[in-house]
Amino acid sequence: MTASVATRTEVAAKAVDVWKIYGTGEAQVHALGGVSVELEKGHFTAIMGPSGSGKSTLMHCLAGLDAVSRGEVYIGDSKITGLSDRGLTNLRRTKVGFIFQQFNLLPTLTAEENILLPLSISGRKPDQAWFDTVIETVGLRDRLKHRPSQLSGGQQQRVACARALVSRPEVIFADEPTGNLDSRSGAEVLSFLRNSVRDFGQTIVMVTHDPNAASYADRVIFLADGHIVDELHAPTADAVLDRLKRLDKAV
Amino acid sequence: MLRATLKSLLSRKLRLVLSGLAVVLGVMFVSGAFVLTDTMGRSFDSLFSSVYQGIDVNVTQKPKVGGDQDVGPSQQGNIPAATLDKVRAVPGVASVTGDATADGARVIGKNGKVVTTFGPPRLGGNWVGTSDLLQLREGRAPAADNEIVVNVTTAKSAGGLKVGDDVGVLTLQPGKKVFKLVGIFGYSGDRDSLGGSLEVLFTTPVAQELMLGEKDVYSGINVTAAAGVTNEKLRDDVAAALGGEAGGFQVKTGKQLTDETTKSFREGLAFFNNVLIGFAGVALFVGTFLILNTFSIIVAQRTRELALMRALGGSRGQTLGSVIIEAVAIGLIASVLGLAAGVGVGVLLAWVFGNVSGVALASVGVPAAAVISAFVVGLLVTVVAAVLPALRASRIPPIAALQEVATPDRPLTKLTVSGALIGAAGGTMLGLGLAGQGDNTLWLILGGVLVSFIGVALLTPLLARPVVSLLGRLFSWSVPGKLGRLNSGRNPRRTAITAAALMVGLALITGVNVILASAKQSLSSQASTQVTVDLIISGDGDDNGPAKFDPAVMDAAAKLPGVSSAASEYWDFAQVDGNGTGISATPDMAAYASMFKLTATEGTLQWTGPDQAVIDTENAKKRNLTLGSTMTMQFTRGEPHQVKIVGLYQRSDVMGGTIVSGDVVKDYRSAQPSWGYLRVSDGASVDAIQKQVDQLLVDNPEVSVANRAEYVDAQSAQFDQLLVMIQVLLALAILIAVLGIVNTLALSVLERTRELGLLRAIGMRRAQTMRMVTVEAVVISTFGALLGLAVGTGLGAAVVRALKDDGFTKLAFPWSQMATYLLLAALVGVIAAVLPSIRASRVNVLQAISHD
Repeated sequence: MTASVATRTEVAAKAVDVWKIYGTGEAQVHALGGVSVELEKGHFTAIMGPSGSGKSTLMHCLAGLDAVSRGEVYIGDSKITGLSDRGLTNLRRTKVGFIFQQFNLLPTLTAEENILLPLSISGRKPDQAWFDTVIETVGLRDRLKHRPSQLSGGQQQRVACARALVSRPEVIFADEPTGNLDSRSGAEVLSFLRNSVRDFGQTIVMVTHDPNAASYADRVIFLADGHIVDELHAPTADAVLDRLKRLDKAV
Repeated sequence: MLRATLKSLLSRKLRLVLSGLAVVLGVMFVSGAFVLTDTMGRSFDSLFSSVYQGIDVNVTQKPKVGGDQDVGPSQQGNIPAATLDKVRAVPGVASVTGDATADGARVIGKNGKVVTTFGPPRLGGNWVGTSDLLQLREGRAPAADNEIVVNVTTAKSAGGLKVGDDVGVLTLQPGKKVFKLVGIFGYSGDRDSLGGSLEVLFTTPVAQELMLGEKDVYSGINVTAAAGVTNEKLRDDVAAALGGEAGGFQVKTGKQLTDETTKSFREGLAFFNNVLIGFAGVALFVGTFLILNTFSIIVAQRTRELALMRALGGSRGQTLGSVIIEAVAIGLIASVLGLAAGVGVGVLLAWVFGNVSGVALASVGVPAAAVISAFVVGLLVTVVAAVLPALRASRIPPIAALQEVATPDRPLTKLTVSGALIGAAGGTMLGLGLAGQGDNTLWLILGGVLVSFIGVALLTPLLARPVVSLLGRLFSWSVPGKLGRLNSGRNPRRTAITAAALMVGLALITGVNVILASAKQSLSSQASTQVTVDLIISGDGDDNGPAKFDPAVMDAAAKLPGVSSAASEYWDFAQVDGNGTGISATPDMAAYASMFKLTATEGTLQWTGPDQAVIDTENAKKRNLTLGSTMTMQFTRGEPHQVKIVGLYQRSDVMGGTIVSGDVVKDYRSAQPSWGYLRVSDGASVDAIQKQVDQLLVDNPEVSVANRAEYVDAQSAQFDQLLVMIQVLLALAILIAVLGIVNTLALSVLERTRELGLLRAIGMRRAQTMRMVTVEAVVISTFGALLGLAVGTGLGAAVVRALKDDGFTKLAFPWSQMATYLLLAALVGVIAAVLPSIRASRVNVLQAISHD
């Protein structure tokens, strides 16, 4: 929960001239048109942009969920472009965590089992102290034996956050994590993500279309038409909204 | 609405194919059976009409014994040669031929073994010259008493007999006779035999002596009509000349004979057809489970779509209709495909049958029954199975279109209660059927089994939870295993129906297995406690009864040093007080009684004169007979005997009924024993004596000598054959159940695409995904197998209990076979999981988790 200062300038993930092209010929669509970006370790980065701007595609490519058409993607020092399914699985086991908008938990498992699932799938033992820390942080101590159907939406999403954190990945990718939540639960989840960056030096990349959510980040990257068009450091919700409005006009 | 239904049907091809396949297979079985029996029926029709070709009118003695169902083939009496002259004198008769033919001329092949057939008779008769039908292919007609001719099929089956060979033949008279083969004959149309029958033709006197047992007698007279005389007129004239009904003759036209033979054969075929259709019924019953499951899942998945239709103004009836139409469409397509496949299978089997039996096949036809049954069965099964899901679909409220909620798991109370009630009803029917007597017993038992299955199937969802979680613990050592186990417990109804489908087939197999194992065990325990026989001479039989051997062998065996006691048993069909039955006779009752530990309760178990009998007390009581009563017995030959009861005995599990003194066997069809029992004195070697008896049997290749253990094993081997046959016929039901597992898994995988994507996103490997799906399949299949084993054991035990008085003294469970079934079921689960698990492992992570 210290030593984050020393690594502050290191890169957790980066994209080098990444292109993502769908279709061929006339029907060709450039979802990403040569995007290069570096995401610093221990930072909370938000990716924003209007629908169809390529923000989700960029995140999927960075996380190794989607193959790029051209260019290279790195997690830490290792290149993930061209990895086999096995290599990508290993990457997901050790270096990457996910938080999705919905369908985040297995309905058959308890909250605790869901949280520990990435570790048990790869046959690793949880670090009890770290597990306790994570549980305390998300405030789920008394909900561990419940099944997802017995938890509220906000609680479910906090379980998902805990699951992403518990294996201490290099990067956590969050895809609209508050998209399905009411504003109070959304704020809880966001502060929790914010705190884990601040307290544990966790790197988080979040895709969102909500300026308010983006204001929790250290840095906001704006995408439009498959290009990075702008960025903000230490944003406020108003500043983000302002940039978005300008973007909308420009498009 | 119709168009929307058909479109949504086409969009789910996989489900269509899988649930349709179950119907296709079932329909294939049904229509295949009809095509097969129809083709066979017509083949035999043309065979029979050619057998009787050239016979205008036929005269036989009215059979003394038989001709009814209990007794088997009728045993013709002999006609004195003088009758031929009477017939010849009838005006309108062109020619008269005396026929001296009987079943039971057995040729010994080049390998020293008796040539056998799969049913067709082995006829021995007299040579009456060539005709339009019969053609000499090689050599010449038999002229001397030591000469014979055989048909081509006999020559081939015996390992390639050539003209000039010395051929051993067993006849109805004791002992092997050796003849010189002087010719080989065939039939018009280049046929080697008539329907696979083996024929040996002797000179008339030899045929009369060896096959009919008397000189100057015939088994039948064939008459041809002079020009201008109708067969019917001739028949009536001949009958009148012979004294009509009272004369003791049967006079028939060739057409009548053809019709009668055809009719009785068709009855046999119809029975065969019913057996096949019974097994098809089991397969279709199992298929119903599969279709029911598929439609339930389809309806559940289409909840929003169906609700949307309701919201847009569709009526409840339209929703119901849309599901039923889908079922009708699947049923129709499956019926057409099943019919086509059935015709193929029927033709194939008919071809195999034709090759094995040597019957020339009639052209293949598709009988109306095959077409009608294909469509009725295919449509009925599909629609019946779809009714419940359709009703559920019609109850979906329009608001469901707007809700994200999954259909809540409804409580199982209603299902469980109705399952318990139906199960109890089935059990009661079964119990009544097993306990009861009369015509409805079989239907009660079958209905009871069917209803019990439905009851148990309704109870399975309740059982699914605890049993599946228990079973799953075996696989919980790995995370994928645990997830698989949890998945299989997730939808208890679906798991239960899938498993229940497997249960049906396995329960039937297990039930039969328990019955047969109990029979075996009972047999061997009885053999060791109730029989004091050391060596048994016996052989397989045919339609005319068990194989027979030369009585001289028994005399010689009794004289062997070390043999302390010997008894023989003769067997033939007879009419006893007007009822057809099989009857045993033994020359030495005292020895026979000691072999089977029989003791007299009244009178004596010993012959003191001719025409005597002993009977067990139970039968005596049933038939109102006491010591000193007489029974009228008509054997195949001769006049009726008045047989007096000289002793009563307590029946044992192996021995009961009437036993007659040995003097009557001269009127048996063949005065040769079928069983020989030997007891070896203490200190003598059973093995050594067995070898010596074996030597004595050299000229009796149809029988062999076995010690007690070998005999019991040989008897048990028949049970094993029966078991194999039933397993083969039920394999289709099992196959359909496996399709059901594939179907359920494929749908589960489809439903859980997002979950699979999530698991892959957080680091699950492809192999782990596959293992997860496989565990789910194995849990379902072993659950079904356990149910099947339990239900089958219960059924089998119930039947064995009910048959306690019929010799089923022991209840035995075939543990090793049951364990094998369980293992096979697990294997089946693994196989069923192959495709769905591959599909699961190929889930595109990105598509699975990205929200729309």
